[in-house]
Amino acid sequence: MKVYIAFLLGFVMLGTSCSRKSASAPGPTPTAVGAAIVESSGGKQFAQTGSLLPQPLIVQVNDAQGTAIPGALVEFAAPPGVTLDPPSALSDSSGQVTTNVSLGGMAGRYQITAFTLDKSHNKVELKLEEIALGYRQTLGRRLNDQYCDRCHNSESTVERVSNYDNLEVKPHPFSEKATLSKLTDADLNAIITNGGPALQKSALMPAWGNTLSKSEIQALIAYIRAVSDPPSRDSGPLYSETGH
Amino acid sequence: MNEKPASLWQRLFGDSVRAFGVISVVFLLSIAIAPAKNFFSEWRHYQRGYLKTIRNRSDANTLQRHFAGGIQQVWLPELGVVDRCTSCHVGLKEAGLSDVPTQPYRTHPPIPHKLDQFGCTTCHRGQGAATTVAESHRSTLAWEQPILPAKYIESSCGQCHRGQLAGTPQLNQGRALLARQGCLHCHTVKLPDGSTLKATDDPPSLSHIADKTSREWIFAWLKDPQAYASTSTMPNFKLSDDDARDISAFLIANSSPLPGDTVNVPAKASADPAAGASLYGESFCASCHAVQNAAGNIVGGDVGPELTRVGTKVKPEWLQAWLRNPRAYNPATGMPHYRFNDGQVAMLAGFLQGKADSDFLSNVHLDTATPEQVAHGKRLVSDYGCASCHEIAGIRKPENFAPELSRIGSKPVTQLIFLSGMQHTLPDYIAGKIKNPRAFSPGLKMPQYTFTPQQIDALTTALLSLNERSYTLPSSLAVPGRVETDYQPAGKAGKLMTDLACFSCHRINGHGSDMAPDLTWEGSSVQRDWLVQFFKNPGTLRPALIRRMPRFNLTDGEVNELADYIMTVYQSPKVDRDSMPLGGYSQGQIELGRQLFYGKYSCQGCHIVDTKTDKGYIGPTLTHVGSRLTAAWIYEWMRNPQSLRPGTVEPNRAMNDEDARALTAFLISQKGGEKSSRSSKAANSNSHAREVAKR
Repeated sequence: MKVYIAFLLGFVMLGTSCSRKSASAPGPTPTAVGAAIVESSGGKQFAQTGSLLPQPLIVQVNDAQGTAIPGALVEFAAPPGVTLDPPSALSDSSGQVTTNVSLGGMAGRYQITAFTLDKSHNKVELKLEEIALGYRQTLGRRLNDQYCDRCHNSESTVERVSNYDNLEVKPHPFSEKATLSKLTDADLNAIITNGGPALQKSALMPAWGNTLSKSEIQALIAYIRAVSDPPSRDSGPLYSETGH
Repeated sequence: MNEKPASLWQRLFGDSVRAFGVISVVFLLSIAIAPAKNFFSEWRHYQRGYLKTIRNRSDANTLQRHFAGGIQQVWLPELGVVDRCTSCHVGLKEAGLSDVPTQPYRTHPPIPHKLDQFGCTTCHRGQGAATTVAESHRSTLAWEQPILPAKYIESSCGQCHRGQLAGTPQLNQGRALLARQGCLHCHTVKLPDGSTLKATDDPPSLSHIADKTSREWIFAWLKDPQAYASTSTMPNFKLSDDDARDISAFLIANSSPLPGDTVNVPAKASADPAAGASLYGESFCASCHAVQNAAGNIVGGDVGPELTRVGTKVKPEWLQAWLRNPRAYNPATGMPHYRFNDGQVAMLAGFLQGKADSDFLSNVHLDTATPEQVAHGKRLVSDYGCASCHEIAGIRKPENFAPELSRIGSKPVTQLIFLSGMQHTLPDYIAGKIKNPRAFSPGLKMPQYTFTPQQIDALTTALLSLNERSYTLPSSLAVPGRVETDYQPAGKAGKLMTDLACFSCHRINGHGSDMAPDLTWEGSSVQRDWLVQFFKNPGTLRPALIRRMPRFNLTDGEVNELADYIMTVYQSPKVDRDSMPLGGYSQGQIELGRQLFYGKYSCQGCHIVDTKTDKGYIGPTLTHVGSRLTAAWIYEWMRNPQSLRPGTVEPNRAMNDEDARALTAFLISQKGGEKSSRSSKAANSNSHAREVAKR
């Protein structure tokens, strides 16, 4: 009986030690502590599922006055499937920490948390969201670039001059949640297929129903939903570290 | 009580009845192992979990009805698929379960193919017939192909789809890199249809290199090509100083002069640099060549080499000869033969010569080469396979210089040698090898490339698509890509088109580049007078474009030759350009067209007809469209633009005949004069010239 209990205990201990997350690799020793953590760049990027974000994620550690703090330890945490390279680092001479993020395999939004400890060992956190595009949204993005972006995006680049300012009735950028979340998928489908007049909107929005296939229009809608800022009900699931 | 062991034996097997009973119990227990194992199997666990998950949902009844317990299997003998993945991934086909947060129960994201047609492992890899997570997802002793990481999933599309797909940007990019970055000069890639992938880059011949540049430049370039031009596709062979010295010695010694390849530089070396800069701009050199600007950004096209430090590289007498006629040095170059006059050549050469970086060669001091160095250099050139990419007189292009990659995407892991700390998977190996080839063995000949992490992922994706399965899949599933023809126009005009390198930008009959419009049906599309004017003085059709048709300074004879050929040969069977008149439409019809233009179809969103009111910036400006396009082409374009130019952004409005005719009448009346009705050819060409001059 004793032997049996001993075995049982042994198994339980083995089980718990295995199921515990392997302890994070001992990071570098911080030489300073900050009071706040802010985003420098790299939030709200798009990448295909499983892929590296186009730009690295850069955060900055500041003190209470907003001055950059070099030498503070910043750790990143992310939902399963996301890889962070490196997962933790000391802030550089300008107070910044850079990490390369690969998103998980499912389409949706991924919450990345960057945190550092302040001088009283309290966690100071910054939560950022990155967007993974599945097959449909990726196809939608490509169609958006080809057909929609020149008018619906007011930003010009060297390669691509925006037509936004030339239009009498301004098109809505697809990230504009206030307007787009009021439209159902059926509304969007009607506007894209039959043009603006289908919903008593401007005829400057032409009908695309004879140019794009039904599945292409579905893909465009999926992309439009994914880029909503702030995210709308249809933007896809949010994956965070603590669960879904 | 001390004889316990004996009594235990006695108690269990003391007599035959006891023995029979005990053995029976042991026997029964051992028989029960099999059903117990089945009962506690992983897939039953997941199926129970699924039933629990759906129990409280509103659509529980439907889901319950669709649920079939037991091992599920997709069996597709012709694809070699026996996939039991749906035994655990129960909800893959349930559209309602797309919001389920936990796997393995979520709906499969929408894709163009059906599960029942392709199974799972065709795209995801893994062991389809396995019924445990470990065996199906990971590689085991008996099964080498684990699940493909999500970031490489597009490689599976490439097994059947040989061409570009709108939904697979990473695969497209990887394939383009494979063709463009020189990989295919050393590595052979055969496709299942028997064709061989072809490189799209054209590394220069080195047989006459001494005419073009100095030995010092070759040395510095070999040591670090990206230090000269960050966009260079030449990889770094990590040569020692001595090796670079000897290779440069050999290349110079091996070079033979080419007649007409250099010219005596006129006494007045260069004119005023600002004039050179504006000639560079007017000639649209930036459509093909990039230059790094003060902010460090690369601006310009990637068809020709980057010119940031070209003055450090080329000899002035070679540069002038090249600008005069590049085909004298390289008959196959993609650079057009601009008909520059002496003054223009001097101006442009002076401007380019000024793009110099004195630091690049400041530390290079080479003594005169010895014959031993030259001989050693020749050996190195053979060893490193330089002739795989470059033509070098006296050195034969090596065959099969590097391993063939036709089935690299299913290379057995047991045949790979991994670096320490590396995950033992094929994708990790391929990506690691591309990232840093020499880390695998210092003696490897594969050079170091400067790829970004995204480019490495893209290349890995493209290479993973070259696998065993792509050969075993039925050939009926293969979707061929766009085939590049070897179309070559004939006669005098054909020669002229080669000389002007039209195909470097335009595509005709399936041959050429996509930078500029496809000209296959140009003769049906445009009016001859406009074409002649355009050759003499190419105007701006699309104001927002930065790449434009350059002026080649053609003679009247050359212009007529080209115009005649285009008008005669490049005609569409769908459009008879003489079927509709270029004028004489009723005022009523024109007015109806105007109303349709500004009202129902709101074309002014993208096009400009009246420069005072319209601002549309996407499509071509239409102020002169009546003297540019034929009425028959406009009509057909209104009816179905994609039938004339597949992929054009202009939406197909499914216009009825009446609308299309009215719009044609309105557009053909836009001759570019102050009032459309008053237009005459002379006024038109004057205003056209004025617009060009203003630019």
